[in-house]
Amino acid sequence: MDLADSVLQGERLALARLITQVENQTTAGRRALDRLFPHTGKAHLVGVTGSPGAGKSSLVNKLALAFRHPATGEPPRRVAIVAVDPSSPFTGGAVLGDRVRMRDLAGDPGIFIRSMASRGALGGLSASTAAVVQVLDAAGFDLVLIETVGAGQSEVDIARLAHTTIVVEAPGMGDDIQAIKAGILEIADILVVNKADKTGVEHTERALRAMLELARPEKMPYTGSQHPPQHEELDENEWWMPPVLRVIATEGAGIREVAQAIRDHGEFLRHTGLWVQRDRERLESELQTLIRSVLMYRWRRGVSEDLYQDVLTRLVERSLSPYQAVDELVGMPVE
Amino acid sequence: MDRKIRVLIAKPGLDGHDRGAKVITRALRDAGMEVIYTGLRQTPEMIAEAALQEDVDAVGLSILSGAHMALVPRVMELLRANGQEDVLVFVGGIIPEEDVPPLLEMGVHAVYGPGTPTGAVAEDIQKSVAARAA
Repeated sequence: MDLADSVLQGERLALARLITQVENQTTAGRRALDRLFPHTGKAHLVGVTGSPGAGKSSLVNKLALAFRHPATGEPPRRVAIVAVDPSSPFTGGAVLGDRVRMRDLAGDPGIFIRSMASRGALGGLSASTAAVVQVLDAAGFDLVLIETVGAGQSEVDIARLAHTTIVVEAPGMGDDIQAIKAGILEIADILVVNKADKTGVEHTERALRAMLELARPEKMPYTGSQHPPQHEELDENEWWMPPVLRVIATEGAGIREVAQAIRDHGEFLRHTGLWVQRDRERLESELQTLIRSVLMYRWRRGVSEDLYQDVLTRLVERSLSPYQAVDELVGMPVE
Repeated sequence: MDRKIRVLIAKPGLDGHDRGAKVITRALRDAGMEVIYTGLRQTPEMIAEAALQEDVDAVGLSILSGAHMALVPRVMELLRANGQEDVLVFVGGIIPEEDVPPLLEMGVHAVYGPGTPTGAVAEDIQKSVAARAA
């Protein structure tokens, strides 16, 4: 029996080993992914991002608990966690420390936690995170929580991977101008203000709400009479207003509300058809990434090292421009 | 693609001194490994579970409490029960000399006492993991 079969049968060691294969982009890993892919597409993929120290791991820890032990009426969900931490640009080594905050989850067979290093990728995930998430999806986890590296302003890859993106903020992280800049806040489906027991929480919350209103003025509840809405009447159910939720992740305060917002957002995506649309966008972006790397690989195999180094030298000597260099090595596309 | 060595550094038992564990974590990181650090007061069950989920090549146990003769065999037993008998286990911390031979006997790869150069530890792990993979 191969790894893919064992994974489908719920064997945890096989799952762990297959993830390693996929992470290392081995041929065996790729073959197993081919087998598993038809079993994917069921899990709700939830991204958790935010600056270093905002409390992502603590939030993920408590969210996983909330989905394992839901309030009455809800069935417990099987939860996988993928936690990405940065690799050193110098040695390639990494310290993966997110498990430190997840000790509450030990001993639960309905939970699987995997730490990953970013391995040089810059978007907050690693090159193989999407594939690892597919393995967990195929393994039957209902919910995959994906924690990005501590993100700054532009690590937004998670929005392409996840169905639902949670951005975690904490009081004291910047003024209102930070909140209207492009990037990380734009991708939030749910905004969490963590450390709500700290001073400044009202300010942070207000700034985030103001940002949301600026971002979607046409979608604010219409109250005035002089200016009719620019858009067709929007059905309450057809747009999603990201909620701003206060939590104290270390104590678990406010966590039920975040879990509920995740469920609501999943429900919203399904009934508006956005679930399918996001799936398509995600797979398209994955497809393009793969095509890019395959084309790059093929091209590199077809060019001798001598020619490559020669062109590079002429580029450095300024006898070729970058575009001319590309022309020599690849042939510029005809206009 | 080059295969990264993954190491779990864990502190089983009740002592609260994690400086040694952090020093070795940092040193292995600087040697290019991916080090999963789990924090203080881990039970052998938690360590074995993390080692499995993370599919590590090696597990480092830092113990200063004196409970190593109880904790280490339990971790070894659980790793074996999970099918991870090939994982390299090494121990650091305060281990009396007379306890080293029985620990090695039960399958521990090495005991690195205080003063072991961190570079030597990293090199040893790299070599031993490569030997086991071959």
